[in-house]
Amino acid sequence: MVFIIKEVKGSRIYVLLPFLMRKGLFGLNEIIITLFNGLSLGSILLVIALGLAITFGLMNVINMAHGELIMVGAYITYVIQNIFMDYAPAAYFDLYFIISIPIAMLVAAGIGMLLEVSLIRHLYKRPLDSLLATWGVGLVLQQLARSIFGAPNVGVKSPSFLSGGLSVGSITLPYSRLFILALSIICLISIFYYFYRTASGRRVRAVMQNRQMAECLGVSTRKVDMLTFAIGSGFAGVAGCALTLLGAIGPTIGTSYIIDAFMVVVVGGVGALFGAVAGALGIGIFNTIFEFFTNATIGKVLIFLLIIAFLQWRPSGLVTSRSRSLD
Amino acid sequence: MRKQKQLLFLIMLGLMAVFVMACSAADNAANADEPADDAENSEEDSGEDASNSEEESDTIKVGVLHSLSGTMAISETSVQQAELLAIKEINENGGVLGKQLEPVVEDGASDWPTFAEKAKKLLQQDEVATIFGGWTSASRKAMLPVVEENNGLLFYPVQYEGMEDSPNIFYTGAAPNQQIVPAVNWLLENRGDSFFLLGSDYVFPRTANAAIRAQLDAEGAELVGEEYTPLGHTDYNTVIAKIKSENPDVIFNTLNGDSNVAFFKQLNDAGITSEDITVLSVSVAEEEIKGIGADVIEGHLTSWNYYQTTDTPENEEFVANYKAEYGEDSVTADPIEAGYFGVYLWAKAVEEAGTTDVDAVKEAAKGITFDAPNGTVKIDGDNQHVYKTVRIGEVQSDGMISELWHSDEAIKPDPYLEEYDWAKELSDSLAE
Repeated sequence: MVFIIKEVKGSRIYVLLPFLMRKGLFGLNEIIITLFNGLSLGSILLVIALGLAITFGLMNVINMAHGELIMVGAYITYVIQNIFMDYAPAAYFDLYFIISIPIAMLVAAGIGMLLEVSLIRHLYKRPLDSLLATWGVGLVLQQLARSIFGAPNVGVKSPSFLSGGLSVGSITLPYSRLFILALSIICLISIFYYFYRTASGRRVRAVMQNRQMAECLGVSTRKVDMLTFAIGSGFAGVAGCALTLLGAIGPTIGTSYIIDAFMVVVVGGVGALFGAVAGALGIGIFNTIFEFFTNATIGKVLIFLLIIAFLQWRPSGLVTSRSRSLD
Repeated sequence: MRKQKQLLFLIMLGLMAVFVMACSAADNAANADEPADDAENSEEDSGEDASNSEEESDTIKVGVLHSLSGTMAISETSVQQAELLAIKEINENGGVLGKQLEPVVEDGASDWPTFAEKAKKLLQQDEVATIFGGWTSASRKAMLPVVEENNGLLFYPVQYEGMEDSPNIFYTGAAPNQQIVPAVNWLLENRGDSFFLLGSDYVFPRTANAAIRAQLDAEGAELVGEEYTPLGHTDYNTVIAKIKSENPDVIFNTLNGDSNVAFFKQLNDAGITSEDITVLSVSVAEEEIKGIGADVIEGHLTSWNYYQTTDTPENEEFVANYKAEYGEDSVTADPIEAGYFGVYLWAKAVEEAGTTDVDAVKEAAKGITFDAPNGTVKIDGDNQHVYKTVRIGEVQSDGMISELWHSDEAIKPDPYLEEYDWAKELSDSLAE
C-alpha cells in the first residue's frame, strides 16, 4: 500500500488495481463500480467545495457558515417542492428540481452578499475573527431554520427522472449520481468560463492577485469582493440543492459536509481552483477504495491519515499558486 | 512563505474547530438560548421553593428529558409530545393522588453527557418524582448512574439491545426478545436465510447484531456481511456495492437517525427494491418514514409492538387525540406510544402506592397493567420491563405500516435472553 500513498492524483490507480485483481480481491464489476462510486463521491465533494474554493481559496475568508449556506439551498429546494405540490399540475411536478437550482443559487448568493456587506468586509485582515464571526452566523442560521421548519428532518421527493439508474451489464449507475456528476462539471465549466473568459472574472483575478495594482488601475475592489463572495455563496446553494437527492435535510446538514469541503480545498491547494478538482477526486476515490476494503469508520480514519501525510509532503496542497496575497 | 505557514496553521485550527463544532453544534445551538431558560427556571424554582416551604404543594413535578435539538431531535421530539399529551390527559382527569402533574421539560440535545447533566439537574434541583426520557442507548447509559445514585426513577420508552435491568429504570420499549429475536425468526421462515447486518456504529447495533449472529448460527442460517457506519453517515454507495456483491436475502437494518434517509434513498437509486432484497428495520417507524419518503421505503419491513394502524379501541382514541393536539399531519409510532403509556403506568403505580416515594412506587408497579393503544401491557415484577405483543409490518405507499404478523399473546420481557440457549455465552460475557 505504500506506493499509493505517493500517488495522490488518482491517475495511477490502475497500477494498483491489476495487482489487486491478481490477488483475487477485486472483480471487474467491483472495479468499475468502485471507480464510479469514487468519482461520484468526488463530484459531491467538488460541488460542496467549489463555493468554498472561491471564498476561502481565492479570498482567504475562513467562512464557517458555508455549510449553512448549503443548508439554505437544501431548504429552498424543499420549499419550492412544496409550492409545486400545492399549486402546479402533477405533470409538471418534476420541474421543481430544475427550477430550484437557480433559485437556490440566487437566494444563497443574496445571503452571502448580505453577510459580506454587513460583516465580512470588516474582517478581511483579521482571519481569526472572521472564523469566529462566521461560525456564529452559522449557528444563527441553523437556529433560524429550526424555528421556521422545525427540528425534524424534512423530506424532498426526488424528481421521477432522477430515480432509478442506468443499467450497464450487471451494474446500475444511479441517475441521481450521474446528475450530480454532470452538475459538478457544469458548475466547474461555468466558473472557469467566468474567471478566465469574461472581463468581470478577469477583474476578480486581478484583485486577488494584486489588490493595490488593481486599485491603481481603477478596479473597484469593494464591488469585486462583494461579487466574489456572493458567487462563492451561490455555489453553496447549488450544492444544497444537489444534496437533497442523497440524504436527509435538516438544520444541521451543513455541519456534516463542511469538514469535507475544507479538506478538499486544503488538499487541493489554497488559491487554485484546479486544485479543488484534483483534491475532490483524489479524496473521493481513495475514500471509496479504503471503505470498500475496510469499513466506513476505518475508511475515514485512513483518508485523514493520508491527508496528514500528504500535507507533510506538500504543505501548500496539490496545486501551488504563486500569488502575491499568499506570500 | 511564513505567511503561508501561518495560513495553514489557521486552516488546521479551523478544521479542528469544525470538528468540535460538528460534534457539538446542536448542543451549542441549544445552549445558546439556554441562559434565558435557566433564568426562567430558577425564577420558577424560587417560586416553587416558596410554595414548597408551605409543606404540601398541590402539584407533582415530573421530568421530561429528550433531545429537542441535534441529530436525534427528528425522533425524540414526538415522544416528548406524546408524554406531554398523557400528562395533560391525566391532569384533565383529576391528576394523580388529587394533584396536578407539572412537567419540567429539558433538552438532552443529542449529546450523552448533557443527558446525564440534565437528569442530575431534574433529580437534585427540581426534585422530580420521575423522569420520562431518553432514546438512544447511549443516552440511557449516561443517565443510568445518575438515577441510581440519586435513587430516582426513569421511564425509558424505546426498544433497545437488552442486557440491562437497572432497579431505577422502567423499560417500556421492547426488549430484544420482543422485537429482534421474533423478527429474525419470521424472516428465516418467510424471506430466506442469508443475512446482511447493517448498523450505526454504537452500542445498540453492535450488541443487537452480536445476538443476531448467535441466533443465526444456532439456526444454521448464513451471515454474508456486517457493516457499521458512523452516526450521521450520508454516503451509502460503497456499502450498497458490498451488499450487491454479497446478494443477501435480507438486510437487517439497525441504522439510527438521519442515516436511514440516505441509505433508503440510495438503495432505491441503485435499483434495489423490496422485491430483490427485503430490508427489515428496527429503528424506522411512521415518524421516520415521513422524512425518508414513503416512495423509497415502500414494501420494506419493520418490527415493532405498535403501529398507527393497530386495531384496538384504545388506539383509535389515542390517534384521534394525538392528531387533535399536534395536527392532522402528525403520525404516531411505537416509541411515541411507549412514551405515552409509560406515563400512565407510572401514574397508576403512584395511585397504587399512595405516594410518589420511589421505593414504594417501584414495589407497587410490579404486575400493574394498563390498556395501552397496542393492547394490554403489564410490568414484569422481576426486570421492570413490559409484556408486549410483537408485530411485523410492511410499509405502504401512504407511509403507514400494515401488519403482516403478530405474536399470539403479549410476550414476557427477557432482556438477557435467558430463555435461549444460543444466547448463553453472549449474556454471560455482556453481563460482566
